[in-house]
Order: sequence, then structure tokens, then C-alpha cells
Amino acid sequence: MKVRYSSTVFVAGLIFFAGYAALFIAPDEKTMHAIQRIFYFHLPSWIAMFTALSVVFVANVAYLATRKPTWDALGVSGTEAAVVCCTIGLATGPLWAKPVWGIWWTWDARLTTTFILWLLYISYLLLRGLLDDPERKATFSAVFGIFAFLDAPLVYVSNRLWRTQHPQPVIGGGNGSGLDPAMGKVLLLCVIAVMGVMIIILLDRYRLEKLRQEFEELRLEYETLNLEPASIGKERP
Amino acid sequence: MSATHHTSAVAAPSLGLSFAGVEKRFGSFVALRSITLQIDPGEFVALLGPNGAGKTTLLRIAALLASPTRGTVQFTDGAKSYESSGLLKVKWKLGMVGHTTLLYDDLSASENLTLFAQLYGLDDVSVRVSNAMKSCGLDSRAGSLVRTFSRGMRQRLAIARALLHGPRILLLDEPAAGLDRQGLAWFGGTLERLRSDGCTVLMSTHARNESLELATRAVVLTAGTVQDDSGPRGDPRPLLALLRAGA
Amino acid sequence: MSTSRATAILLAKELRLEFRTRELLSATIVFALVVVVLFSFAFDPTAAESRRYGPGLLWISFLFAGSLMLNPSFARERLNDTIDALRMAPISPFAILSAKMLANFIFMSVVEVVLVPVFSVLYNVSLAGVAGRLILVLALGTIGLTVTGTVFSAISSHARLRELLLPLLLLPILTPLLIAAVEATASLLVEDPELDRTWVALLAGFDIVFLTASWLLCDYLIEE
Repeated sequence: MKVRYSSTVFVAGLIFFAGYAALFIAPDEKTMHAIQRIFYFHLPSWIAMFTALSVVFVANVAYLATRKPTWDALGVSGTEAAVVCCTIGLATGPLWAKPVWGIWWTWDARLTTTFILWLLYISYLLLRGLLDDPERKATFSAVFGIFAFLDAPLVYVSNRLWRTQHPQPVIGGGNGSGLDPAMGKVLLLCVIAVMGVMIIILLDRYRLEKLRQEFEELRLEYETLNLEPASIGKERP
Repeated sequence: MSATHHTSAVAAPSLGLSFAGVEKRFGSFVALRSITLQIDPGEFVALLGPNGAGKTTLLRIAALLASPTRGTVQFTDGAKSYESSGLLKVKWKLGMVGHTTLLYDDLSASENLTLFAQLYGLDDVSVRVSNAMKSCGLDSRAGSLVRTFSRGMRQRLAIARALLHGPRILLLDEPAAGLDRQGLAWFGGTLERLRSDGCTVLMSTHARNESLELATRAVVLTAGTVQDDSGPRGDPRPLLALLRAGA
Repeated sequence: MSTSRATAILLAKELRLEFRTRELLSATIVFALVVVVLFSFAFDPTAAESRRYGPGLLWISFLFAGSLMLNPSFARERLNDTIDALRMAPISPFAILSAKMLANFIFMSVVEVVLVPVFSVLYNVSLAGVAGRLILVLALGTIGLTVTGTVFSAISSHARLRELLLPLLLLPILTPLLIAAVEATASLLVEDPELDRTWVALLAGFDIVFLTASWLLCDYLIEE
């Protein structure tokens, strides 16, 4: 409990400090000025998202191999955390692009891939909602998750190839290239802070899922001990 | 081992099955709580119990259609026992009549039987299929689509499908439901023949079923547990009589 | 019983079932035609525009039609629990899955064989001289569509809202296939057609990746 509270407080503090740093400490960017500061949260949320998705892939494979519900809990937690980070990224992107390039959106490879990944992982969550049996839910979402993960590189490659044939305005050319060392430090701070937020979200969700599973186990034990035919009349599969 | 009947000389070895600590859960619903039951080759077990007791679930687990949440199912032919990876071999010898017909409504009766005869790798498919059709009295409707059949006819065809590949363990889930008098007579005769061939039968039944006098053992299932068991060498009739009286 | 033999038997069953009623096929063809016609109201294509937008429109109508057609693939087996009868038989789960994939491939191909000539007439696009290469692109794209679609049909047959769920799961996954197929088709409809190898390679890669994944994961798809 103490660890949870203190780590949440720590990450919250980190994020506030990172925000402050991004807004006030980081040097002003030459061309884009204030609006560029969104970049300090935009890029880190991508990094956090991809980390979360890798965790999800590992969890999916592990579930199919071991059938332990823990892995399913990790899978759904990672997906939700990834969707949150992805939403932040997709939302901050246009906020940055409009003042700078005059357009809200462009179908470049990175953005398109991210948008599709966002759709895929939301579908993952929708799929879970529409399946009732927990074991089937876990198995099928693991299978779908694996397919989605395998699809991601294909989506990126196809969009990149397409982009070279249909040139689009280049976005994000300044990401990481020729960064002022002060900017670099702030960026690193923000990456750590956002990753911290993602991890906190993931772990909290994971804990919640584990608690739910534990609750189900205890409920079953209670019913068994009572030796009632309590299951008759309940929801049948 | 039960040897109260004459085993036909050319019959393939019979299979027995045993459930060890089998538990089956569907989410928060517990269908079976720790079932331990051993059925020897050649036994004819009547599975009794009220609706919702778990009879169908137990049969589905025996049919390898569902896997237990906990515990194991093993099959044995006296010499060897099969579980997990060896279970594919067991499938050749399993036959099941379920709650639903397991038939394709848009295929004809003979097309259905032909399909399954082919899937089980049988020889002389057309001969076997026409014999099966004659046996269950449906050969005049062999070419008609199953969707045109009455309930009783579908049930007869479902039973014929289950028996087509000569199974050594027969799992029956209320098999007499919907059968007319002719069908019941045919079914009873078939069961008797199978029993004398040494086939192991596990039959779930809910009401007065004429074939119950063939049973060598009665197991009563209530709320997912074995409440009563007349045992492999016991007399099933007292338990069966209870069924006829009340439940 | 070898997997290929079991697949052949089940494929015969799938084809027999469908060609007896032809309901699904005819409905799918008509739906695809409707999509093609609707697009013509969205824009009034000149010959040059047809060649630009045509491939996209063609493939989108295939994807939409396909994602509706693929649903009954496994959903049909829930009637009378015939899927249980197949699972009890001594055949590998991959035989069940691949028989359906092959059947769906054949059905989609029938839809395409009808639709492509109609499209070329309605939009005044000439297919002379590129037919062979076009068939290759169509085949590769259809393989990807039917492999992933059949897998998701198995998944969605257990879920609620399955008619909506299948397209929802399938269409995002198919975006690389859509891009590759459209670009490859487009490269064949220009003045000087030359099949773009990169896109064909991507299509083939997509097919291989997902066919392999389906094979590896088929046990989990067919189980209870």
C-alpha cells in the first residue's frame, strides 16, 4: 500500500515537474515557439505506447502458452494503458500541427500506423466486452492481440511505401534531430515522467483485474462451502 | 472388471474411462465440482439427476468437446491408458448423441452420414451408409434434406451417425428424446446389441427410458457432484426405481 | 486421417452446402455491385479519374462484401452444434480451419470474377493485356482477406454483435493489404502497365505471415 501511494505521488510530482520544465525551463524553439512544447508530451506518449504494446504481445503469447489468468490480466491492462497513451498522442498531434503547418492531420506513415493501432486495440477491448466466458475471452483476445501486433509492422511498411509514391508534408522532422542539449534533457525528463504515468496506469489496472479474479475465486469457494445448489438458476453458459 | 455378458469374439477391445477430480467452471458458474468416477470397459452406466445437475457437461468432457478446469479424464482399454496427447487415438472409438442433432440441415441424410464416414476414414463408405440408413428405417428418405425431417427422424439419424464408425464408448445425452415407438424399439435393440458386444455406454437420462433395464450401474448426479453410485458390481435397480417413481 | 485428406472432404462439404442454395454468394455479389454503384454517385468519373480511383473502389467493395460474407462461415456451424461433430472427429483442427479458408477463397473469387468485368464496363476501364497479372494481384489479395476473415469469423462466432464485430476486427488488420492491392492494381491500369513488384511482395508477405499465424494458433480458435 505504502509503495503504491508513494510511487503514485512520486510520478505525479515528476509529471508536474516535467510539465513545468516543458513550459518554462526548456529553451524556446526557433521557428515554432511556444506550440513546440507539446512535443515534450507528444513523443513520450508514443514511446510509452509502444512499450505498453510490447508488454501486451508478451502477455498474449504467455497466456496462450500457460493459460494463467495473470497473463490475461496483464494483457488487458497493457492494452488500456496503451490506448490512453495513444489517445494522448493522437490528440496532441493535431494541436501541434495546426498552428505550425496549417493542417490538422496528414496521412503520413507514422500517424496512420498509430491511428490504425489505436483502432485495433480499441477493437481488442470491444471484443473482450462482447465475449462472456472468461476463458474464451482471454484466449480469443490473446489470439487477436497477436494478430494485431504482427500487423503493426506491415501497416507501417505499407504506409511508408505508399508515402514515397504519394508525397505528403513531412511532419515531425524535428523529432530528435539536432536537439539542443537543454531540450534533450527536458525531453528525457518527460519521457521518464510519461512512462511513469503509463506504468502506474498499467499496474493499477493490473491490480484491479487481479482483485476481480480473486473475488471470483473467493465467491466460488463460498458457494462450494455452503453446499447449496446455488449455481442452479444462475446464468448458464 | 465387469464380465457379466458374452463378449463377441471379433469385437475390438472395449474402452473404459475415468474422471479424477474433474471440475468444470464456466466463468462464475460451477457445473461440476470434483467428480471422481471410474467406468470399466463394457459397463452400461445410467447417469441420472435433475436438470442442471451437470450430466451434459460430464458427457461433453468425456466426448473431449470440453476440457475440465481441474482434474483429468483418462481412457483405458485394460492394457494401455490414454490421456492428453494420446487422445486423438481415442476419438476413433468415441461416439456421442448430444442434445442437438449434430447434423447439417442442408445436406441430405445420406450426405450427412457419408461425410462422417469419410471423416472417420471408413472403408466401403456407400455400403456402410446404406446399411445404416436401412437399419434406422430411413432409407426411403436417404436423399431428402435433414431440414425436412421430423423430430423423431432427426433423432434416429443422429443416433445412426454416432454409431457409424463402430465406437467402443458411447456417450448418450437423453438419446430417446423425440423418438417414436418404432424409433424406440430400434434404439433399444441397437443398445442391447452394443452391450452384448462389450461396448461401454454412459447414458444420461431424465425420465422413463425403456432401455434402462440394460443398465449395469446407476450414478446420480446432483448439483455437480456424485450423490449416489451403485458401483461397478452393484445393483442399479434401486436407484433406477427411484427415478421412475419421482424425479 | 491426414490433414489434407480431411481438408478435402470438408471443402467438398462446404462447397456442396453453398452451391445448393447459393444464397450467400448471390447476396454478396449483389451487395458488392451496390457498393460499386453507390460510388458512382459519390463522384462522376472521367476516364482518367476512373483509373485513379477505380482500384480503390474495387478493393473497398471486395473488403466490405467479404467482411459480410465471411461471418456465416463459422456462425453456420453453431446450428445443431455441427462444429462439435467436426471437433469430435479424428481430424486436426487445422483441417477444419483450412477447409473454410479454401471455401471462402473460392466464394470470394466467384464474386470477383463477376465484379471485375462489370466494374471495367461501368467505369470504362480497359483490362486488355493485364488480365493475367490482375488475376495474380486479385488472388494474393483474396488469400489475405479470406485467411484473416475466416480466423475472425471463428472468433466472432462466439461473441455478441458478431455481424458488426467481424468487420470491426477485420478491416483495420487488412489496411496493409488494401494499400498493397490497390497500388498493385493501379499500376496495371495505367497507360503503360507494369506490375509493381514491391506491392506484390508485400501482399505475398502479408499472406505468409497470417497464414502461418493461423496455422500456429488454430488449436485455440477451434477449441471449446
